[in-house]
Amino acid sequence: MRVLAHMGMVMHLDRCIGCHTCSVACKQVQSAAEGLEYAWFNDVETRPGRPYPSGPRAPGGPDSVAGWVRTSAGELRLRDGGRLRHLFRLFAVPGMPTIDEYVAPAEDALRPRVGGPAPERMGGARGPEPEWRPAPPADRAADPVLRHLGEHATAEIAQTFSFYLPRICEHCINPACVAACPSGALSKRVEDGIVLVDQDRCRGWRSCVPACPYGKMYINPVTGKAAKCTLCVERIEVGEPTLCSETCVGRLRYTGIVLYDGDRVEEAASVEDPQDLLQAQRDIILDPHDPEVVAAAEAAGFDEDWIMAAQYSPIYQLVSRFQVALPLHPEYRTLPMIWYVPPLSPVVDVVASTGADGEDFDTLVAAFEQLDLPVDYLAETFSAGDRDVVAGVLRRLAAVRSLTAGSGAKGPTGRAPRARRPDPKVARAVDLSPADLGELHQLLTNADYADRNIIPPAPEPGSAPPGGCSLDDLGGPGGTGPGAGAENGPTAAEKTRGSRFNLLGWSGKDRPHQLFPDRV
Amino acid sequence: MTSTLDALLWGVLPYVTIAAFVIGLFWRYRYDKFGWTTRSSQLYENRLLRWGSPMFHFGLILVILGHLVGLLIPKSWTEAVGIPEAAYHFVATWMGSFGALLVVAGLIILIVRRRTTGPVFSATTRMDKTMYVFLAASILIGSWATVETQILAGDHGYDYRETISPWFRSIFVLQPEPALMAGVPLAFKLHIIAAELLFILWPFTRLVHAFSAPVPYVFRPYVVYRSRDAAVQSRESRPGWDPSGRPKN
Ligand code: SF4
Ligand code: SF4
Repeated sequence: MRVLAHMGMVMHLDRCIGCHTCSVACKQVQSAAEGLEYAWFNDVETRPGRPYPSGPRAPGGPDSVAGWVRTSAGELRLRDGGRLRHLFRLFAVPGMPTIDEYVAPAEDALRPRVGGPAPERMGGARGPEPEWRPAPPADRAADPVLRHLGEHATAEIAQTFSFYLPRICEHCINPACVAACPSGALSKRVEDGIVLVDQDRCRGWRSCVPACPYGKMYINPVTGKAAKCTLCVERIEVGEPTLCSETCVGRLRYTGIVLYDGDRVEEAASVEDPQDLLQAQRDIILDPHDPEVVAAAEAAGFDEDWIMAAQYSPIYQLVSRFQVALPLHPEYRTLPMIWYVPPLSPVVDVVASTGADGEDFDTLVAAFEQLDLPVDYLAETFSAGDRDVVAGVLRRLAAVRSLTAGSGAKGPTGRAPRARRPDPKVARAVDLSPADLGELHQLLTNADYADRNIIPPAPEPGSAPPGGCSLDDLGGPGGTGPGAGAENGPTAAEKTRGSRFNLLGWSGKDRPHQLFPDRV
Repeated sequence: MTSTLDALLWGVLPYVTIAAFVIGLFWRYRYDKFGWTTRSSQLYENRLLRWGSPMFHFGLILVILGHLVGLLIPKSWTEAVGIPEAAYHFVATWMGSFGALLVVAGLIILIVRRRTTGPVFSATTRMDKTMYVFLAASILIGSWATVETQILAGDHGYDYRETISPWFRSIFVLQPEPALMAGVPLAFKLHIIAAELLFILWPFTRLVHAFSAPVPYVFRPYVVYRSRDAAVQSRESRPGWDPSGRPKN
């Protein structure tokens, strides 16, 4: 077991109102450079609808070469082909989208009208229509998930549902962009798994762009270098959430770390059935309360505040403990680390439109069995087509909703609705204890800033690198490996005694030594 | 006796070229890693590039290999292993012509693309344009030399391995013999001078990407991990730039 930490995010889609505040906040700070006008490190899509970028060569499109495939020998290789084949095609990288497949700035779309001949009422033609606009229903034709689900779905879906999907770089555990970079400019940070481009090493080969299944690598044609979402490292390192989280109007983004087993990444990414990828990814995420994991993490040099942050991490709670967060398109085998709580509202809307009580638990659960479209669409998007996984999550969300629904909810000006006590029958139906259901309800509906963001500040440079040094093994010269501490020196936990304590991460359950003197 | 002009062209200019090339590359790598890139414009246009760029680059690889063989391997060596001059000439000429055809066709497609695609043209710097002039000149004059002295000149063509190649090697063993170049056809002379000017310009253009051919990629594990610690420590600290992370107290 090689304990590594990974920064991750969960987005609770029911709460997204599609306001694009996140995109704009990000745009103004992180991709304001000349040459990156077309690049939205954070974008919000209306689904079903046109993805960003779109087009046949864009990720998810029929000509996409993104992500990994499992060879018949059970090994992983890039979908584009092996390393040599990859180099062979460097002079014109296949699958690279062109700029018109990204959203042209509104100004460009409107220029023919604004700059063209005078409008009709002034005696002239109106100028050409913009080629497309970012609005349904024309956009639905461009949706790769619908294309996959078949023609019949398209007409039907227009009447049924829509939701918003905010997307940033997934900071994948097994990133295809890093694997495709011929010059080794892209790398994963050992400490927190953030995927970064070294601008001095990038040579502009642009192989990373078509390799990313999420369309989140960009080339800046002015500098000739790759650019991408950095998960706002400069903020994360001092314990603050990303700009998109910080500004999110729906307060739907949770940020924190998980501990995972670095030795089992390849194994997890190469399971045979794509529908098993979700479980495989959950399996390599370690239980931060397991004493063995804690000991291994300490031995690997993690500070106490990192271990506590992992224990209280909202990511761990939503992904592993309650299992209501799902990865986006896991079938590309990159093990993405931006997770989504799928939206229940589309289903509620469909049920409510039939006249039934869309908030009622039993009605909703019955609906999951009968409704093809919303559930199928969500399954294609979040679980490689596995309906049962999505239905299971939706059932838990319906149980959460039953706690608030009908409890005297007021309009926007009324007092916030009080949650009802969890109904044990409902809790049992979703395999949770009533107390756990209450906790999940709290986390999904009432979590405040401190609950949503549990981000340990980066250790000072020069302190022991998390992830461990191979020399630290038992008997090695580092001498901090398990078992070595007792004789050779203080353990990592003892060394950090007296370090600062993150009050935001404290649930009040245990007795951190910084707050309470040791009992004698 | 070699004239002063000959001495300058075939005895001095090559060293000026080598010096500018080596020092220029060193300087560029040392001070402008951020600018060291292909500056690809594939994002703007893919239809023409998809044909032009591979034709140009693969043709160029063929041509460069041909130049290396022709210039570096002495005639006596190939004869010693029993390759007759006629066979050598035949293979070299036709392989070279095929490569040149690819390069020239690719170059034409790429230049037309650069001129006619709006965004690509506006992303073209002054340095790019200058570079294109010298690049096109070397390639076109070189092709002309091949056509004139090899293809159209009957059976044997001009045997550059008696003159140009020994001269080229004499430069690198630091005993230049400009006299060898005296009787070389004009086309070859012009080709060499154009190429030398291109090499002088090279370190200051996007052509530097040729030295970043990512060969180590083939031997590397897929996913690269790097430590923040290493990155933070490898930058020398400057006043006012404290490392991020937990403040000292
Ligand atoms: S989402 Fe794309 S760019 Fe981000 S880490 Fe994964 S493969 Fe790389
Ligand atoms: S700011 Fe929040 S609510 Fe608004 S679009 Fe972005 S993710 Fe959705």
